[in-house]
Parts: sequence; structure tokens; C-alpha cells
Amino acid sequence: MVGNLYIIEKARLDDLIRLLREDGCRVVGPTIRDGAIVFDEIASAEQLPRGWTDVQEAGHYRLERRTDDAYFGYVVGPYSCKRYLFPPRQRLFSITRNGRPLSGFDVDVTSASPPRIAFLGVRACDLAALEIQDRVFNAEYADPYYRDVRRSAVLIAVNCSEPGGTCFCSSMQTGPRCTRLFDLALTELPAAFAAEAGTERGRALLERLSPQPADRNVQHLVELMLESAAEHMGRALDTRELPEILLQNPEHPHWNRVAERCLACANCTLSCPTCFCSNVEDSTDLGGSRAERWRSWGSCFTLEFSYHTGGFSRSSVRARYRQWLTHKLAGWHEQFGMSGCVGCGRCITWCPVGIDVTKEATTIADDVRRADVAERGARERSR
Amino acid sequence: MSAEMTYRPPVISGHERPMVPALARIIDRTVETSNTATYQLELCDPGLAAKFRFRPGQFNMVYAFGVGEAAISICSDPGDCTKFSHTIRHVGSVTFAISRLSPGDCVGVRGPFGSSWPLSACRGRDVLLVAGGIGIAPLRPMIYELLRHRDLYGRLMLLYGVRSPRDMLYREEVEGWMRRRDFQVLTTVDYPDADWSGPVGVVTNLMRRVRVDAARTSVFVCGPRIMNRAAAHSFLAHHVPQEHIFVSLERNMRCGIGQCGHCQYGPKFVCKDGPVFSYASIQHQFSKEEI
Repeated sequence: MVGNLYIIEKARLDDLIRLLREDGCRVVGPTIRDGAIVFDEIASAEQLPRGWTDVQEAGHYRLERRTDDAYFGYVVGPYSCKRYLFPPRQRLFSITRNGRPLSGFDVDVTSASPPRIAFLGVRACDLAALEIQDRVFNAEYADPYYRDVRRSAVLIAVNCSEPGGTCFCSSMQTGPRCTRLFDLALTELPAAFAAEAGTERGRALLERLSPQPADRNVQHLVELMLESAAEHMGRALDTRELPEILLQNPEHPHWNRVAERCLACANCTLSCPTCFCSNVEDSTDLGGSRAERWRSWGSCFTLEFSYHTGGFSRSSVRARYRQWLTHKLAGWHEQFGMSGCVGCGRCITWCPVGIDVTKEATTIADDVRRADVAERGARERSR
Repeated sequence: MSAEMTYRPPVISGHERPMVPALARIIDRTVETSNTATYQLELCDPGLAAKFRFRPGQFNMVYAFGVGEAAISICSDPGDCTKFSHTIRHVGSVTFAISRLSPGDCVGVRGPFGSSWPLSACRGRDVLLVAGGIGIAPLRPMIYELLRHRDLYGRLMLLYGVRSPRDMLYREEVEGWMRRRDFQVLTTVDYPDADWSGPVGVVTNLMRRVRVDAARTSVFVCGPRIMNRAAAHSFLAHHVPQEHIFVSLERNMRCGIGQCGHCQYGPKFVCKDGPVFSYASIQHQFSKEEI
């Protein structure tokens, strides 16, 4: 059954949510809040943004009514699974002084046991982001909270048949089709869902949803929809030699032009599903006998991020933007063996001044490629 | 990078969680200068203390109760890991808090983290150490190792620069090294006092006073950024191969395990790929500003 395509009725979606909840999961799925589609806990299919779509462009996000009542007729909002696996603020431990000042302390790491979460409506780019975050948080030194939530997480993915205006997952080879990590992957058809189980757990879930084997016409339709989606991305990025080009051109003049627009607001790093930087803060209560350590999302766009005893490593906005983009598209390969960008387009949509990562990287890369060609030509002429 | 630089002793932390410090007691405190002291520590949990090992050049995250943590190199002899020492200059909130502690008081420790000086890579070679100010601290464990197996190495030299004579760390020990015939130690100061009869000026000036056989010398550098740059560049100009110049770098660190992102230096994490780097591995960013 794993890997085969089945048809389930749309009404089964509510059953799926109920089954997951009965299995002890908190179901986290797309829902409308404050004019955007965010990930939040849901109790029924009623809370999904049925019949809504999102219009996304650089620095632009609007919800609009669809002409149909599709459950998943939109792409990604500002939130991703990151918020649940690597919470924006988290207490790492509390610590109590005992006896004479500093003669010892007791550490308490016990926190509420990590929730079992079923993510519903995760897109291919978000699955790729999970794979990336696994390499950051679940590698040599596992983050205990991430490890526990990740291990028990159920992933109900949705294939994207209508990419958004800032999407470029096909350039980053992460989508629009979900190819791995998922327990169950759905493709929304006009009158039903096509469903594919990726794991035993997904298979067991699917069996409880009265699946019918999909005939060849349905299989063909799903293929066509996803092929067409891959060809209709709102953005594109040519990644050939991009890591080398970015690492070798930190003085390219275009970094200055981006810096003139960048507000260093950190929206891109907050909305990015793979940005993992954090601050660690220690503090005590007023009595000074109990202390805590908290970890919170950090951003390389803030000045204090690069503070050290000798000053700031990156005092200019130019250096901070360059750090972010170069890290994401280039340095990440050396660090984790893959790009840090999944092509979800969130940083483009949520940038208040509409800085477009694909345009900025392309401007630099094209310029360097052109210069290389010109240089080769000149060398050959002089021979 | 040699296997030795990537070999890591196990990281000791509290509750088997990498971000939780283990309790360590201050057993001795030696005042080095007006704002610097060396703290000898011992892990309170005997099980952890028995497991603790470090390699020269590695660092610990040292925690002052409720104030925070600082990445501080281990400066004691790796031959005896049951106790270990940190030389701490009291310049920030965490190090100030530590300055108020006395023997018997506790701090938190996580570590050791990071890469180490590649001792085996310099076997049979001349070894030249260049230290600026508190940069001598991470080199000291290396000096103990080199002297313990002195016959494995060629000529051994230390160039040590400090701001003024009273800023010299480990003074008696340095004087002891100077008396050895198998260890050439040269010191310099920026601001001499009435008793100073040695060289005056930056530490790189001392390079003129030693014979560097570029083909058979390994160089180890630790000091302020400007000194690191000047030293590395002048050794390159003397044709010391890039793979034989090693530099220990300093950067803001919040975790030590490559997760907080603060210490990124181009594609490197200083906390886990460094702090000891071969010049060859960081040549693209070494002289760039604001990386």
C-alpha cells in the first residue's frame, strides 16, 4: 500500500483530523488568523481556510476568495514547522542556588513532556526544511526538545498544484511534489483527494479513511497537475556555481545596492523555515537565588548578533545581508551538505521593502558569469 | 585538516544535555595581572571529572550563576585533566561575575569544545608559537605537550608580546622557559617601564630575531585579530606553507555546538570547525572585513 495512489473522499479530511486527535496528537494545520494563513492547532476541517487563496508578491500578501471551495488552494504562510520544533522562545533549564553563595546549584531541566504533533498541510518545501533542520538540531549534539517532537511528529503533506507568486521550489529541487519524509501525502483534486502513504504509520492512517485505489486516469491527472505546477513557479533561481560565486565575491558592488534598501528588520530570518540562529539568555529572579536559561530566535540582521569583546564583526547592514544570503545559498553547502534555501519564497513575500533573494543572487551571479565569459574571450583573443 | 584537529574528547555537560552546565568548584585562584586571574577548577561530579579530557587549544563554556556564559580556552596541562584551569580577563559581565568568586565557590562548565592545535602535524618540525596578550593561554597546554615530548620536535620558539611588562601572564613560568636551552623564548612590550630591558614594539618585530626555516617550520598564532593577521601575512611572506600556519580565532559564541549561529565566519563555525584553523582553510575570508 505504501507508495501506491488512492482516492479518499473530501469528507474524510475531518475524519483524519479526528483520528489523529484520538491517537493523542495535537493537530497543527493551516488556519486563518490576522489576515494570513498560519499554522495553528485545529480541531476539525472546518478551521482550514477552505475556499481561500493567498496572493503573494515581493513585499505583498493578501487573502482572496477562490471560485471553488478547495481546502488547500493556497501556498505557504509566514509560519512553518520550525515554530513547533524549535520554538521562538524556550526555557532550557532553571537553576537554584543552594547554601552559601555559589557553594553549589541544582539544575532542573524538566519541562512539560514534548507534545506529539501531527502537521497537516505541510508542503514539499517545508518537508525539505525539516530535513535541513534535522541536520542542524538532530545531528552530533541533538537538541532534546527538537529530537523528541520530531521523532513523534506525524507529517500529513500536501502536494502543490498551484504555486504562489514568490515560489521557486522547482529551482531548489525541493518541490512541488512531496517525495520523502511524509507519512501521508495528499493531492487535492476537484472532488476528492489523491493520497499516498510514505510510511507504515501513514499506511495505517490511510486504511482507516476508506481508500479506493486510484485508476490510471487519476494517476495521470496528478502527474500532469504537478508537472504543470513545476513549470508555473512565480520565481526562478539558477543555482549553477552559485555557492562559489557568492563566496568568492564578497566585495561585489551589488551588496551595497541591497544594503541601501534593507531595513535589517529580520522578517526574512523569522519567516525562513530553515534559519536556526538563536540567542541564549541567562537571568535571575530578583532575589538572585533562582536563575533560568532561555533560548530565543536570533537573527544575523541585528547588530548585537555579531557582538564580541572586540566590537561587532558585522556592523554594516551590507555585511549582515551578505552574511545571510551567502550563508543560506553558499556556506550552508559546506556546513550541512545542502543549500539552506528550499525555495518557499517566504523571505520575498514578508520583506517589507520587497527585497527578492532570487533577484539579488541572480544579479550578482549573472554579472560574475558575464565577467568570466568576457575574461575568457579576452584571453583567447590575446593568444 | 588532520585527523588530530578533528578528534574530540567527549563533551561534558549537566544532565547529558549539551546546553546544561555541569557544576565545577574553584580550587585555586592565581592573580596574574590587575584584571586577569587563573582559576583552577574541578568538576564536582566525580563521574564527570573522571571522564573529562581536553586537547590543547580547546575551550569550555564557563557559566557564572544567573549572569551567563563565556567561551574560555583551557590553559592547563592536558596531561592532568582531573583539574583544569582558565585564565580569565575580567572585561565583561560574565567574567566580572567570575572575578568576585573565591576558592570553594562554584561555576558551571560545559566542554571541551572545538578543534585543537595539531601536535602530530609538527612532529620532526621546528615549532614557532606567536602569542599576543591573553593569547598565550590557549597555547600553554600546547607548550606543556611540546616540552613533555621535546625530542619529537625540532627547534622550539615562542614569541610573546604584551602591552606592558606588568601585563605578562604566567611570568615565573615564562622565565623558567627562557632559562631552558631547548626553548627559545622572546618577549616584547608595547609600553616599557623603567625595569624593562627587552625589545619594545609589536610581536611581529620579534620575527627578525629568530631564524625561520620556512620549509620545516609549523607556526601557531593566537592573539588579537590585528596581530593574527600581521603574523600570518609575514609568515606567508617568509614562504611558510599555508597548511603549516595555524591560527586560533575568537568570536561570539552562545552554544559551542554549532547551533546558535553566532560564531559563523564565512562557511565555518568557529566553535566547532575552529577555534584552531589552518590558514589554508580560512584564506578566503581571513583578510576580509565584516565577514
